[in-house]
Amino acid sequence: MPPPEPPERTRIVLSEIPRDDSAAPAGGPGVEDVLIRGLVRAQLALALRLAAVVLAGLGSLPLLFSLAPKFGEVEIAGFRLPWVLLGVLAYPFLIGVGVAFVRLADRNEHDFTALQRRELPAQREKA
Amino acid sequence: MTNPYVLPAIGAVTLATLAIGAYGLRLARTTSDFLVASRVISPTWNAAAIGGEYLSAASFLGVAGLILRNGVDMLWYPVGFAAGYLALLLFVAAPLRRSGAFTLPDFCELRLGSRRLRKLATGFVVFIGFLYLVPQLQGAGLTLSTLTGAPEWVGSALVGGVVTANVAFGGMRAITFVQAFQYWLKLTALALPAILLLMHWRSVGHPGVVAPLEWLLPSEGGHRGLFSTYSLMLATFLGTMGLPHVLVRFYTNPDGAAARRTTLVVLGLVGTFYLFPTLYGVLGRIWTPELIEGRSDAVVLLLPGRALGDGPLGQLLGALVAAGAFAAFLSTASGLLTAVAGVLATDVLRRDSVRGFRIAAVLGGGVPLALALHVTGLNTSQVVGLAFAVAASSFCPLLILGTWWRGLTDLGAAAGILAGGGAAAGSVLVTVFGPPLTGAAGELIAEPAAWTVPLAFAVMVTVSLATSRRVPMDVGQIMFRLHAPDALRS
Repeated sequence: MPPPEPPERTRIVLSEIPRDDSAAPAGGPGVEDVLIRGLVRAQLALALRLAAVVLAGLGSLPLLFSLAPKFGEVEIAGFRLPWVLLGVLAYPFLIGVGVAFVRLADRNEHDFTALQRRELPAQREKA
Repeated sequence: MTNPYVLPAIGAVTLATLAIGAYGLRLARTTSDFLVASRVISPTWNAAAIGGEYLSAASFLGVAGLILRNGVDMLWYPVGFAAGYLALLLFVAAPLRRSGAFTLPDFCELRLGSRRLRKLATGFVVFIGFLYLVPQLQGAGLTLSTLTGAPEWVGSALVGGVVTANVAFGGMRAITFVQAFQYWLKLTALALPAILLLMHWRSVGHPGVVAPLEWLLPSEGGHRGLFSTYSLMLATFLGTMGLPHVLVRFYTNPDGAAARRTTLVVLGLVGTFYLFPTLYGVLGRIWTPELIEGRSDAVVLLLPGRALGDGPLGQLLGALVAAGAFAAFLSTASGLLTAVAGVLATDVLRRDSVRGFRIAAVLGGGVPLALALHVTGLNTSQVVGLAFAVAASSFCPLLILGTWWRGLTDLGAAAGILAGGGAAAGSVLVTVFGPPLTGAAGELIAEPAAWTVPLAFAVMVTVSLATSRRVPMDVGQIMFRLHAPDALRS
């Protein structure tokens, strides 16, 4: 039995997508819909992953202080650990997560744009 | 003891605000200029303006007062106020800008195509806006009366009047310049005295802080249990994105990627600012112990003079923090009023003109001023915390689900906002006007976010699934608009 034919690839060209929303066919998902799903999923996964980092880093602290009170009595340079963590270190931590997100989200979009651009000339030749 | 520099300092801030507003007014010509500053504002200006608008009386005075009184548990307030910008960055900054929505009601109509949902959102914007404006105006009254002995209504009326005039005549362009200026003023006014206080503390042999253990150590389920802490975290982390004056700012970014960068800069600016209120709260234990059980909100205002004495240095620094406090009231109130006036003009008065905006500004400024003068006994930080809880239980689920989930319907969104936001708003009204509550019920009502936010999400998802036939036909195109990279757009 011969291997099944691979499904025919459809190329989607963004410049052909109607700019005016009202001109797009109503009912059923549009072409752009199919295109964008992958990007949306990637960006949401990125946001959720980084939110989980914050949850683990900051969200765990009240529970930790409550379950292991000794942890709150540790001193760093004469200051209690909870004061150092919440009063100072929380901010660079949040900013670090933010920097990582902006870089990775920009990269996701850049990759997506590059992919579309690469496919554009091939589509023109065919036409 | 009155400080001769306080009145000139407050006067200078107020005049500078009006002058910069007037400078902006010369530049604002058309309705579009007026409302969205024509989207030509650079990310740095924009970020400073967002920071300036965000750091309110609660941040400038309230946080230090709470730390002075209640200790380490209160550090979650500033951490949460800053973390809110990270949540905003992760989940909504770029899509929101790309959506083209200028206000929360705009986002509702654009995403779900429902006029009725738009009206509901308008109601919540006005409720949150008023809830947030009243403590700003009352903080102004408290500051002026603490420092000069003037009756409390004078400060409230002064700030209410200046802000209403400035918003009505300057519009958004003026406000952006004003707000950016206010951020740097607030940071200087808090940081410079804090650094000098720290140097003074070292020079007098760094006296130890005398405080009970429950102040020094995180609570283990004492007067402020884990439930309250997590509830506060949820409200502040998720509430920021739903504040009306925050969303309006995103439209002035040129594109989605710029919106992300702006939000990151804001996170840095706001995080830097929040390093300082802790110092006032801690040092206040040494030099202003009488405020612990008294008006702890005044610690930032009184500490420099108390620690450094009545010499010119102490008085000048006292005048500087007073100026910073006024910058906080003026800028936050201006941002809130711009947002509230924007929705009032388009959705209630139905007049999309400069004149309509001006009428709306006068209305939007007058009501909270009347409330501020007649309702007393509100605690600044508590009321602001409640505004965050209402925003987190209404607009946060709408924005997150609207941005990432195709299955959201107009009925689902409305039901979720009514259930979660309604429950949170009800808790606010009980807290503000009702009898004092104790025990578990008191905790649930005082810090409602831990149950109202999950409630809003659950109702929104359930009702949307049950009414899935109402998913907008054009949801695919909307998703494209929200998420397509800027380079692929026309």
